Amino acid sequence: MSPAQPLHQGRLIPHFPGGTVRQKTGSWRIFRPVLDVEKCNNCLLCWIFCPDGAIDREEKWVTIGLDFCKGCGICENECPTDAITMVKEGK
Amino acid sequence: MSGVISVRPKDLPFDESVVGHLGCSGCGAFVAVRLALKILGDQTMLAIPACCVLATTCFYPQVPLKVPTLMTAFPATAATASGIAAGLRHLGKKKEITVVGLAGDGGTADIGIQALSGALDRGDQILYICYDNEAYMNTGVQRSGATPKGARTTTTPGGQRGMWESSPKKDLLSIVAAHGIPYAATSCISFPQDFMQKLAKAAQVEDGPSFIHVLAPCPPGWGYASEKTIELGKLAVEAGVFILREWENGEMKVTRKLRKRKPLAEYLKPQARFRHLTDEEIKAMEEEIARAWETIS
Ligand SMILES: Cc1ncc(C[n+]2csc(CCOP(=O)(O)OP(=O)(O)O)c2C)c(N)n1
Ligand code: SF4
Ligand code: SF4
Ligand code: SF4
Repeated sequence: MSPAQPLHQGRLIPHFPGGTVRQKTGSWRIFRPVLDVEKCNNCLLCWIFCPDGAIDREEKWVTIGLDFCKGCGICENECPTDAITMVKEGK
Repeated sequence: MSGVISVRPKDLPFDESVVGHLGCSGCGAFVAVRLALKILGDQTMLAIPACCVLATTCFYPQVPLKVPTLMTAFPATAATASGIAAGLRHLGKKKEITVVGLAGDGGTADIGIQALSGALDRGDQILYICYDNEAYMNTGVQRSGATPKGARTTTTPGGQRGMWESSPKKDLLSIVAAHGIPYAATSCISFPQDFMQKLAKAAQVEDGPSFIHVLAPCPPGWGYASEKTIELGKLAVEAGVFILREWENGEMKVTRKLRKRKPLAEYLKPQARFRHLTDEEIKAMEEEIARAWETIS
């Protein structure tokens, strides 16, 4: 997702529509979730519980988008098959 | 909103309505908001007062909420929602758009309770969702009427004089149900099927207000590691602390009965806000919970 551009540049304060996201909150992350697709049974529990909507549903397994993942670890904690491991950023 | 709504994960929409919010890592309130908007859809209008959800979604120019949202004064959530609903009725759009008041427990159980009572009493067609993190979190964890007994907050700091929260958690559901509205329920984000089913029911009420009270654990406010949000919500319900109930057709019922309650300590121990409690105090609280269940069922 590219940063949204303001509408109506002529106004004193530019207007942004709902859904405007300028800052990628993934930069807050200290630990990063890493998915082992072999272990994922696509139960979607992680997708349901992610507070940041960072996980995407796919045909056979999920994918974790790191733009908005804050690394809370809920997905790792709730995954019934231990398909997700939290790894320290930079490692 | 009409028709049967499936709450199976696979049937839920892909669309995300609140990605990019500035809530804390592991915030339970946003599990509630995200799932609620999946059920309610984009034909929804929100009225939100000062609270975490507002403060983390309406910081210009970061405005991740994709549905129209009216920021309102702290005590005025339900009145604002009523006003939006009246406007839509006037425009003949009452059936197309779901009007939702969304507020924290402080904004609902304390400051907004008068406006809420007024809207329920008038029978205005609004859906009110209270996400309950059990304190005024946005301003730094002050106690609210929904803070449970024994909890440490910044205004019930404990210490040698033992000034922990001393009054029991306000029973919001019973207060709301006493207005005789069509539908009201408690739920918890850790039981997403329960939460979404109840929300779908609440959104389909066509003859008056509906109300959902959803428990949403908060890592910094409760003092636990962010990955435990869902786990703690589950424990709150399974230890019998937070009871999942539903008010429908003039009757109150428990929607999740417990064959055996989990030990209360399992729920309390991981949370810094309860760390000061002694074993005797925990035992006394467990007895209170047992009595509460006896009176309910
Ligand atoms: C009339 C008024 N009093 C106080 C405040 C300051 N204030 C803003 S948010 C907030 C706390 C909200 O607590 P709650 O409703 O529980 O929501 P949470 O922050 O926990 O999500 C307070 C006290 C205000 N905005 N307006
Ligand atoms: S919770 Fe685990 S098994 Fe289920 S979809 Fe997510 S990664 Fe896959
Ligand atoms: S770590 Fe947290 S924010 Fe990141 S994908 Fe998992 S649940 Fe979502
Ligand atoms: S303080 Fe609690 S409720 Fe507020 S954004 Fe942070 S985790 Fe969410």
